[in-house]
Amino acid sequence: MSAPAVTPRLLPAAARRRLPRWLDGLLEAVGLPLVLLGVWALSALVAPNNRFPAPWRIAEAFVDTWLGESFVVDVLPSLGRLAAGIVVAILVGVALGLLVGSVRWLREYLEPAFEFLRAVPPPLLVPILTLLLGRGDETKVAVIVAGAMWPVLLNTIEGVRAVDAVQRETATSYQLSAAQRIRFLILPSAAPQILAGVRQSLSIALILMVISEMWLTSSGLGNRILFFQQNFMIPEMWSGIVLLGLVGVALAVLFQLAERWVLGWYRGLKETERA
Amino acid sequence: MKSTKSRRARSALLGAAGVLTLLLVWQASSELGWVNGTYFPPPTEVFAALGRFVLDLNYWRTIGNTLLTWAIGLAIAGVSALVLGTVVGLVPVLRRYTRSTVEFLRPIPSVAIIPLAILLFGLDRDASLVIVVYATFWQIFIQVLYGVADVDPVARDTQRSFGLGTLSRFRYLVLPTALPYIMTGVRLGATVALILTVTAELLIGAPGIGQLLTVRSTAGDYAGVYALVVTAALLALVINLLVRAVERRVLSWHQSVRAEVVL
Repeated sequence: MSAPAVTPRLLPAAARRRLPRWLDGLLEAVGLPLVLLGVWALSALVAPNNRFPAPWRIAEAFVDTWLGESFVVDVLPSLGRLAAGIVVAILVGVALGLLVGSVRWLREYLEPAFEFLRAVPPPLLVPILTLLLGRGDETKVAVIVAGAMWPVLLNTIEGVRAVDAVQRETATSYQLSAAQRIRFLILPSAAPQILAGVRQSLSIALILMVISEMWLTSSGLGNRILFFQQNFMIPEMWSGIVLLGLVGVALAVLFQLAERWVLGWYRGLKETERA
Repeated sequence: MKSTKSRRARSALLGAAGVLTLLLVWQASSELGWVNGTYFPPPTEVFAALGRFVLDLNYWRTIGNTLLTWAIGLAIAGVSALVLGTVVGLVPVLRRYTRSTVEFLRPIPSVAIIPLAILLFGLDRDASLVIVVYATFWQIFIQVLYGVADVDPVARDTQRSFGLGTLSRFRYLVLPTALPYIMTGVRLGATVALILTVTAELLIGAPGIGQLLTVRSTAGDYAGVYALVVTAALLALVINLLVRAVERRVLSWHQSVRAEVVL
């Protein structure tokens, strides 16, 4: 944070900072979570409520429930379906988006139909795809693809549309082949938009993974959590919620890393433009 | 001018043709047996079922139930996100110290807390509201947080040297800056709230479109199931149109809207 125009007003506040910088940063990151955990633990000690078990009981249940056999039987298959669904959704969305985005009449032809299909609340696809495809894994993956595809698809269409006209004409005059155009012009130019779509897709995909498993009561994380609740295994249920939260956070972190990797050049460009 | 008009007409015509093609492919795929016609009834049957629904009071009551949960959820989430987002966004210390907690809580999929909601509130609308509010809150909260912090430094310094009071500072500085963000949050939140309302009805069994869909499906009325899916999609489209209309009205002074008018 080296803003060129530091107003004098800001200086005393910075000088007043008594804690060393790293300690301050650490406190910022873990301070509130620790306080919240402390309050929770204290209230569990003072006024035990079996619907809100103490943090250590949840931690215990977490280790017992998820780090044994269940990791292979429930967690890994869930994550596998999630990953498969996300990958297929991104591939279909980008491929279809490249095609539809670069052909004007096709875009005008399909846009209203897409608008309508996208408006279907994705969870409603679960009962329908169950009817059509049965109760197996392919249904759960299909649900994720059918729901998570739209943000990627629509954002890719927009991104392809917005490719700079001068660059487009330059590519034409250099007689780039179709593959070269996609690789060196369209994909890099549309990447920020596509990734914004992917980010939305990730959270939709995770939600649909859980819903499909809660609906198709056979296996998986969503199914286990619901089972624990129905059998009043409360700490186990909480540990499942924590696990899903961790999966959500892990997805967000992975996405940020991927974004930094793919869009590193874009960030740099933006910064030079701002300077 | 004329060329843009004819181009727009051509675009609308193409779009209508696209929707028609979609319906034809749907009809053909179940008529010609590409997919199981029982589980994938043709649009003629689905729209016939929709026609029967429209004459049925229970159908409208079901939509009313869904909209009620949606509206209450959106209102609770919106007000609390507005208040908390403004406070946290305007106080740098709070902003810095809550950041890690927000970043951890936000990605938790709201459906993960369905069991907890059932445990606390039973199989009822209250349980659905927990899920709707949780998911919708973050959408709006984040936008408010960014919005109130985005105040132009020059405008802020000007305000300071003019000695504006707290109220007028909110009225003339913070609100105009944050409003576009807030409206974006409300637009995203409205869609998310509807999706989670339907989800809760599906999984918890609170009254509404999702629950009626389960009932129709168990009864073997598959045309009815698809008619309800069409209903939900239309509802989502109408809500989106309405929010966009409100957005245009509220932000008519703002560049993002003015530019659209000029072009």
